[in-house]
Amino acid sequence: MHAQISTTTYRALAILWVLLIALPWITPNNYWLNLATLWLTNVLLVASLNLLMGYSGQISLAHGAFYGIGAYVSGVLAAKYGVSPWIGLPLALAATGLVAFAVGWPTLRLRGHYLAMATLGFNAIASVLFVEWRDWTGGPNGLVNIPPYTLFGVKLDSDRAFYFLALAAVGVALVLLLNLLDSRIGRALRALSTAEVGAECMGVNVHRYKILVFVVSAMLAALAGCLYAHHNAFVSPESFDFLVSTMLVVMVALGGTGNWWGAFLGALIYTLLPELLRSFGDLELLVYGVSLVVVLLFFPRGLGGALDLLCERIASRFRARESNIHAAGAAANRARPDS
Amino acid sequence: MDPSLLLQLAFGGITTGSIYALVALGFNVVFKSTDAINFAQGEWVMAGGMMAAWIHQQFGWPLLTLLPLAVICVALLGLVSERLSVYPLSRPSPMAVTLVTIGIAIATKAMVMLLLGKQPMSLPSFSGVEPIRVGGASLQPQALWIVGLLIATMVGVHLFFERTLLGRAMKAAAADREAAALVGINVARTVMWCFVIAAGTGALAGIIITPITLTSFTAGTVLGFKGFSAAMLGGLGNLRGALAGGLLLGLLESFAAAFISSKYKDAVAFVVLLLLLFFRPAGLFGRSQVQKI
Repeated sequence: MHAQISTTTYRALAILWVLLIALPWITPNNYWLNLATLWLTNVLLVASLNLLMGYSGQISLAHGAFYGIGAYVSGVLAAKYGVSPWIGLPLALAATGLVAFAVGWPTLRLRGHYLAMATLGFNAIASVLFVEWRDWTGGPNGLVNIPPYTLFGVKLDSDRAFYFLALAAVGVALVLLLNLLDSRIGRALRALSTAEVGAECMGVNVHRYKILVFVVSAMLAALAGCLYAHHNAFVSPESFDFLVSTMLVVMVALGGTGNWWGAFLGALIYTLLPELLRSFGDLELLVYGVSLVVVLLFFPRGLGGALDLLCERIASRFRARESNIHAAGAAANRARPDS
Repeated sequence: MDPSLLLQLAFGGITTGSIYALVALGFNVVFKSTDAINFAQGEWVMAGGMMAAWIHQQFGWPLLTLLPLAVICVALLGLVSERLSVYPLSRPSPMAVTLVTIGIAIATKAMVMLLLGKQPMSLPSFSGVEPIRVGGASLQPQALWIVGLLIATMVGVHLFFERTLLGRAMKAAAADREAAALVGINVARTVMWCFVIAAGTGALAGIIITPITLTSFTAGTVLGFKGFSAAMLGGLGNLRGALAGGLLLGLLESFAAAFISSKYKDAVAFVVLLLLLFFRPAGLFGRSQVQKI
């Protein structure tokens, strides 16, 4: 996220959220509303991974697992032990944070692909545990009867109610994320993303900040998991496997690594792709793979980067026209004999 | 503990471990030249097995023809993939190459599905299925083929990198791109050859395992995953490490399945992997490097 975090970003986010509040009255049916809900949780997932990839230059191949730990911890507590999802939420976040710390602490000291390797192994272990801890997780058939969130005794299980809940939760998480990036910590992170050694020399504790980013990133994924579990009322292990983790990395890259709005685009692709590709039938996979390569080849900074470039070009054209007008005005003034 | 059971478990572990070692070899070759994790490796393994099985089913050609033919086809696939997607990258950072290989992997899987079908396929064993009795344990003849071809490939690849001009040029390019380019080595072309070798050896692994496990277009992900773990166990970018890592992973799985639980065998292997990463991050045989800043 090399783009400066400025009031413009906050404002744009606020405008987007106001527009999104109106969505339930605009959409023709609940199909689109549910897609929008899914998109919101995906934004959280992609943005959280983008935070890690953009700032520490590390890849996590376990974001699917963190998402899953969030979903399972909160889901199992609610479905098997009757714990309120509101209490399950902080517990799930704390559990995920601890696990992420345990995986990240030894590997983030090292330069290179070690976090990618450790997280890949961790995702494999988590996948096995999701299946084998049958008494808790329901095994390969999944965990059923997860109750929805309730607010003042009202169950938030209608599509519309849950949409607003997701909108609020994701909105709060994104504002917190922006605040983090805007703080002293954010500046340290920006420093270490551009010049790690330089940052270290200036007294930034690189190891500590990398762990912080990793843990925060995993906890945001867990939040997405909690939302998913209590919305869907059902979770199964394949929603959190290695393939999901890989796809999330791909979506970050497609949106543009380190690009704030890129995460929104990446999440949009991740949400709509299965719907769009359905019409291709058996060709789905091929179209998917080839388009992935094509985007990476032609937009190395992702779709978000391409959009930035487009905006810049339009802006510079406007500026050029404005200065032309000024120049013309000045010329006209000069031509006037009495001035 | 019954010694013949231990022997039996060791046979099983070495057989699957040899396959993991061959897959890991491909990972290491690509990692050495690009610093990228090649996600397409597993799909090439699958493509090799599927291609050989398909040729066998369609034409019934003998092993001696179809094995090299399938290997060459997949090696060509690796070449074309590299030229079309990795070579044109404007900034081939490890991250960019890694992401591109995810695209190659998905596209390869899709092409195999579209061209060769969705049915699981098999190959007959190379020399019968009559098990050989050794010390109270039984050994499939195919296992001997697998170990033999693994050794042959390892020796071949080693000689290629040590004795041939191209191999040494590839080593030089992997060690220092700029310096290699300065002495006239076409670095981009060495990267291409690395993809060819990775695809070819991967295909070989896929062909020799098919008589034991069957194969289908979905088999690549797991094989790639295991091969990558093996490569990490031995230390990424290290040829001997691939051999050791592969065999170790195979044996670990085999013994964990017998003594702990077959359900947790994958988890056990990965717990060992994590511990190794935490305590010996350069892998069993890798040497940690001092980096100049």
